[in-house]
Amino acid sequence: MPAREDILSALRVAAPKPVPRPAPLTGTLVFADPVAQFSQMLGEVGGACVRVPSEDGLRAAVAGLAVIGSAKKVASLVPEAHPGNVHLAAIDDPHALASVDVAVVRGEFGVAENGAVWVPGAALGPRRALLFVCQHLVLVVDPGLVVNTLHEAYARLRFDGPGFGCFVSGPSKTADIEQALVIGAHGARSATVFLVG
Amino acid sequence: MTEVGLFIPCYVDQCYPQVGLATVRLLEKLGCKVDFPEAQTCCGQPMANAGVGDAARPLAERFVDIFERYPYVVCPSGSCTSMVRHHYADLLPENARLPAVAAKTYELCEFIVDVLKISRVAGAYPHRVGLHQSCHALRELRLGSGTERRIPGFNKVRGLLGGLDGITLVDLDRPDECCGFGGVFSVEEEAVSCAMGKDRLADHLRAGAEVVTGVDVSCLMHLDGLARREKRPLVIQHVAEILAGAAP
Amino acid sequence: MTAHAEKAAAFVANDARMHWHDTAVWHIRTKRDKASSAVPEWEELRTQAAALKAHTISRLAEYLEAFERNAVRLGAVVHWASTPAEHNAAVLSILEKRGVKRLVKSKSMLTEECHLNDFLEKHGVEVIDTDLGERIVQLAKEPPSHIVMPAIHKKREEIGELFHEHLKTEAGASDPKYLTEAARGHLREKFLAAEAGLTGVNFAVAETGGFVVCTNEGNADLGVSLPPIHIACMGVEKLVARAADLAVFLRLLARSGTGQPVTTYTSHFHGPRPGGELHLVIVDNGRSALLASETHRRALSCIRCGACMNTCPVYRRSGGFSYDATVPGPIGSVLAPSREPERYAGLPFASSLCGSCDDVCPVKIDLHQQLLAWRHELSARRLTPAPKRLAARLGSFVLRRPWLYNLLGFFGRAALRWTPRGLLARLAGPWGRQRELPPGPRRSFRAELRRRRAGA
Repeated sequence: MPAREDILSALRVAAPKPVPRPAPLTGTLVFADPVAQFSQMLGEVGGACVRVPSEDGLRAAVAGLAVIGSAKKVASLVPEAHPGNVHLAAIDDPHALASVDVAVVRGEFGVAENGAVWVPGAALGPRRALLFVCQHLVLVVDPGLVVNTLHEAYARLRFDGPGFGCFVSGPSKTADIEQALVIGAHGARSATVFLVG
Repeated sequence: MTEVGLFIPCYVDQCYPQVGLATVRLLEKLGCKVDFPEAQTCCGQPMANAGVGDAARPLAERFVDIFERYPYVVCPSGSCTSMVRHHYADLLPENARLPAVAAKTYELCEFIVDVLKISRVAGAYPHRVGLHQSCHALRELRLGSGTERRIPGFNKVRGLLGGLDGITLVDLDRPDECCGFGGVFSVEEEAVSCAMGKDRLADHLRAGAEVVTGVDVSCLMHLDGLARREKRPLVIQHVAEILAGAAP
Repeated sequence: MTAHAEKAAAFVANDARMHWHDTAVWHIRTKRDKASSAVPEWEELRTQAAALKAHTISRLAEYLEAFERNAVRLGAVVHWASTPAEHNAAVLSILEKRGVKRLVKSKSMLTEECHLNDFLEKHGVEVIDTDLGERIVQLAKEPPSHIVMPAIHKKREEIGELFHEHLKTEAGASDPKYLTEAARGHLREKFLAAEAGLTGVNFAVAETGGFVVCTNEGNADLGVSLPPIHIACMGVEKLVARAADLAVFLRLLARSGTGQPVTTYTSHFHGPRPGGELHLVIVDNGRSALLASETHRRALSCIRCGACMNTCPVYRRSGGFSYDATVPGPIGSVLAPSREPERYAGLPFASSLCGSCDDVCPVKIDLHQQLLAWRHELSARRLTPAPKRLAARLGSFVLRRPWLYNLLGFFGRAALRWTPRGLLARLAGPWGRQRELPPGPRRSFRAELRRRRAGA
């Protein structure tokens, strides 16, 4: 393919002397209470954080959410949080998920500095659209797995094979109309994170 | 006694002699012997700013010739000083005498604070003063920390002004937004330039300033021009004049 | 007058609207200040980001090959394009082979640069920009005026009218929540009906062959998780070397651009969805030329955050359209002359060189230095007006001769002193329109000093 060769050779010719990689950063932000910071940041970005001391209380806590109460269709990948009434395994076509009101998904860990939760593709099953097309999102995370910063996050992450993963920080939003913040743009209108344990 | 070669911006020489005189008075008060080499005219910034390096180069060479014999070169202008310290190297990359001359060229306030090691100039100035932070002084010479960077706050100019008896330094809404002079920008983009300057004046007025000061007559000339045309109740005075004991 | 100066003057002439725009964009700068204050190591992050980019860019060919190798291993198809035409043809070819007529697209300045939408529409593909701001300007048939907030120049009432016409919202409705809800419904239909989705790339990771797309709205993800085909377009400079490097850039990106700690969604794509297709289109279009320039190669570090625009006092008071370039503001004024020097020779002069952009740039591009360097290069290539260059040479001629300088100074001061104010203002051209002229004292400083010292 001529473009490929043209581009790569142009880049080789134009390249300056190689500049070495900088040494990794040391002394990045550490919080006295990462879980408290996570909760605060999540609130600041329009999400909600609910602490549940043990798995026993999780079901009740989730069932008590207003969005669950009014939901017709709950797609749950975390049975201990909610049984769900959408049979995800039978759904082939992601378009069929468009009517899901609440998605309940497991998050792998949280990031204190920005209220984000890492949701690996594996946690979503074969139809990752669920994370984005639902009206409301519920995430279940182990509070023992809240890291301070993205540096620590990437230290945990491996990208060896094909897959998908997403940091989700609160509900979808936009400020494209006169900088007025509107929660609930195209993705979830609300995001509630349950820290269980 | 500290011997200083005084470098005066061309527009100060021609239109604002009182700023030059105040600079001399102030430096002498602080124990300097001030010499003004008459061969000087201009640092060449207007030409460089217009992109015509060839026109600026001979002026840069003259500067090195004229000022290299002084232990220190002091100038009551952030932009002219920055021209020498930061931009002459691009114009005269092969000039072996330049680096030493550039290294000993100082803006007035930084000279007082960093070389004379004087943090307080005695005097009284019982007025409400707005400090305009000239861009070259702030972001090239780093006379202050600025609002953009997350570093411990400092400001050499504000520090010196703050030491005067009775002075009130007002708090601006945008403490270091550009006034809009920018050299040729002031005439080539006249509309935006004046809009920027007017917004600065409005900020100072809103903060209750009676006097607007700064380290660069180029900025002050532009702000003063706007203030007088719009008949704003503001006096615009260079820092040298205030520190040297001049009334507004 | 340069093209920018003319458009800027028109923008400034509507004083209320200019100040509204200025205030709105400045507000984002203040949010950036607040967000960056929450990170004690902010300046170290910037230094690190600059160093990582310098490293990656210095070995760009090598890293691109590694990226391609890894991306292909994961199942992506990689296309290369030297020019906008090649890029557009590559995208069209992917769509045509699969009979795609309905495409949804998330934000990509690269596709703006290539004028992809127009091209695809001419070839019978419906292209829907799904970012709310982009959809607004698409309906208005305008380009984006800011790279992060495409519709920042539009008032809610104008958007309301636009939506009334195209989305059948209530006449006169302008509440952002109401309008956003209407857009949500409208675009949801488009997502569900789309046959392919196209995204930009915020960061491509050489080490893994994956790439990252950041949005607040979730529109990129909806666009590529519903239809089976994902086309991702990227400039060669979007590469980072390792996944760990993402932490540095992601910590800086949203804080710098919008004042948020991070965007709502930061999606990492490694290979296609099971049962789907992933196509990567890698574009040069003048980026290798920038790499070759010792001065301007640093501009390749840009992560398209928009912070420079938000802080720029000129952008805020002249608006994105006054630059007439895909990317406006400070970084746009550095990039555009590289591609089309004649057309954009005025942009490096659309700046007071205040340097604020340098200090907010997360990757520490010395923007104002680059603008000044462009002035020199364009002048040397005779792309700046001849009278300007002549005036500089004349000025230099005078200033090299103190006797001549003093003589002209004497007459100049006398003219300032004696000419009636009204006449003087008119003669002074652009200076005198809104400003009084400097005073014309009897004696210059040097004459005063000489007098005083002789007297003493």
